[in-house]
Amino acid sequence: MFDKKFIEESNNRKKKWDKDAEKFRGKKSRSRFITVSGEEIKELYTPSDVNGSRFFEKVGFPGEYPYTRGVHHTMYRSRLWTMRQFSGMGTPTQTNERYHYLLDNGQTGLSVAFDLPTLMGYDSDHARSLGEVGKCGVAVDSLADMEILFDGINPRDVSTSMTINSPASILLAMYLAVAEKNEVPFDQVRGTLQNDILKEYIAQKEWIFPPEPSIRLITDLMAFCTDHVPQWNTISISGYHIREAGSTAAQELAFTLADGFAYIEAAIKDGQDVDAFAPRLSFFFNAHQDFFEEIAKYRAARRIYARRMKEKYKAKKERSWLLRFHTQTAGCSLTAQQPENNLIRTAFEALSGVLGGTQSLHTNSMDETLALPSEKAALLALRTQQIIAHETGVANTIDPLAGSYFVESLTDKMEADAEKYLDEIERRGGVVKCIEDGYLQREIANAAYRYQKEIEKKERIIVGVNDYVMENEKIEIPILKIDEEVEREQTAAVKSVRERRDNDKVKRTLEDLRTAAKGDGNTLKAILDCVRVYATEGEIVDALRPIFGEYIEPPII
Amino acid sequence: MSEKIRVLLAKPGLDGHDRGIKVIASAFRDAGFEVIYTGLRQTPEMIVNAAIQEDVDAVGVSILSGAHMTLFPAIRKLLDEKNADNIILFGGGIIPDEDIKALEKMGINKLFTPGATTEETVQYVREAVAGRKKDEKIM
Repeated sequence: MFDKKFIEESNNRKKKWDKDAEKFRGKKSRSRFITVSGEEIKELYTPSDVNGSRFFEKVGFPGEYPYTRGVHHTMYRSRLWTMRQFSGMGTPTQTNERYHYLLDNGQTGLSVAFDLPTLMGYDSDHARSLGEVGKCGVAVDSLADMEILFDGINPRDVSTSMTINSPASILLAMYLAVAEKNEVPFDQVRGTLQNDILKEYIAQKEWIFPPEPSIRLITDLMAFCTDHVPQWNTISISGYHIREAGSTAAQELAFTLADGFAYIEAAIKDGQDVDAFAPRLSFFFNAHQDFFEEIAKYRAARRIYARRMKEKYKAKKERSWLLRFHTQTAGCSLTAQQPENNLIRTAFEALSGVLGGTQSLHTNSMDETLALPSEKAALLALRTQQIIAHETGVANTIDPLAGSYFVESLTDKMEADAEKYLDEIERRGGVVKCIEDGYLQREIANAAYRYQKEIEKKERIIVGVNDYVMENEKIEIPILKIDEEVEREQTAAVKSVRERRDNDKVKRTLEDLRTAAKGDGNTLKAILDCVRVYATEGEIVDALRPIFGEYIEPPII
Repeated sequence: MSEKIRVLLAKPGLDGHDRGIKVIASAFRDAGFEVIYTGLRQTPEMIVNAAIQEDVDAVGVSILSGAHMTLFPAIRKLLDEKNADNIILFGGGIIPDEDIKALEKMGINKLFTPGATTEETVQYVREAVAGRKKDEKIM
């Protein structure tokens, strides 16, 4: 960006300025100037902080390698990001109503939140589901529920994202079966599965099977989609939950990329061509409160990924080099105190995602530290995105912060910190090894504890929590409550499905699935046959459990 | 105090969000407590059995999934049934005010919600355990 002479002059002028500034430094507005991740930030960034000679190589142009400035040439000038609000609660009927409400109000994609029993592979009438049915998402037990969930919504017209991991194949199969019923061919079905089991072991902890068979389910799914569902994003490699568990931004970036590379290596080992599956991989990052740190994270992510895909994994197609990502604002940054403040937090976080070049975005609702979003809170969250898109002007130009001494320098630092972690993970024998010996979980827990201590020592101010506190505060926003009736209704529904369906067919397809799982048949193909005849999620998982085993985490603190 | 306070920390139900309980575990250790962490996906029976076996003074439970109205009372009931009604049961999570009131009536000793400091929880356990020991002496 700058020649040698210019940098020299910049250095000299900075020195002089430094001296002049000294007499004003006695007074400080805060004790430490650190990012949310605890990184020290300098008082001033100048041209000397940017390695100008490598500008084109590192920053370049949007839509061009290494994509630091964005994955498309025209970004939001051609198409705004997808406004995709993660949503689900209670029964499939209730959630279907919410979906129609969001679509009617201008949402452009669907994103399904499942309840914990569904995420863990238990039917609603299982003993372990007691008290959890429909609580933090929608309960889906069989194709019958999926049909209700998408009633009046044609898979041809929307792209659907599903946050499901361990049982991802089963829920994708149900969605494909809904498409069949709507006479939509598989090659026209669009959407994304989270399907990222590695970050479950690391952070979110919703698993069923051990790593090896879990990764096999994923590579089977990737192969099936390459052949039959080419528009489906097969894995959304997720840093979101790693960050929510308390990691720093650099840890989020590094651990997520490491997970992504592990899937890529597994699929290559499975005999798949990197250029056949890589274009359908996508990522999912958190947008935390530190505005510039987050933007640097997204920019660094694209750069690291493009380099590795091209140089290490020898992908030839440009599309394989692109790190496309979804962003969700940070749930862990929200406060139960003065919950309306969360609207403001979320708006800033969303803005960082947009300035970082996200492909889709979820904005959290202000009431999420208290309950699932009420209809009003969910609408305000969506409106936040619409205001950013249409009123602030930030979408007028591409990557407007490029060339900022601070942002470029922070992007370089983020890249270097992530690369250090990637090397360390490799040195320790790879991601799975680092999960099994608890290295990644410990790094995150330590960062979370450090963060909490910073808040308690007031090195970090959280408005309404450790400063600007309102005594005897009354919460004045509506709180959504999930009726206990949901559990009874859903339990009755799954029992009725088991009575109505052809149980011989269910038995047969489950047996075929067992055979596929024991051998090297494609598990997704076999699961599709099971869900078509209304086998329940719990039955399918039960069929696989004796073959694949169960994962048990050693408690690590 | 000569004896170390013993606390069992537990995650019941299907919820896997363990950031909070791990922060609490570290803070309790730094405060000099003996901490036993059950790990994830414990049933109320498993938690109560562990509490009795480990002879703890208090059980701390973290629930962020919304299943608190089912799980807290189940743990309290089992503790009482197994003559461990002197064990203090406290917890934390995303729990609306009206539910907190209802749970406190059902004998859950104390509930912390988002924004509570680790210092508050340490202080609470110290005082509650000291109060309990005093009661036992009088008896």
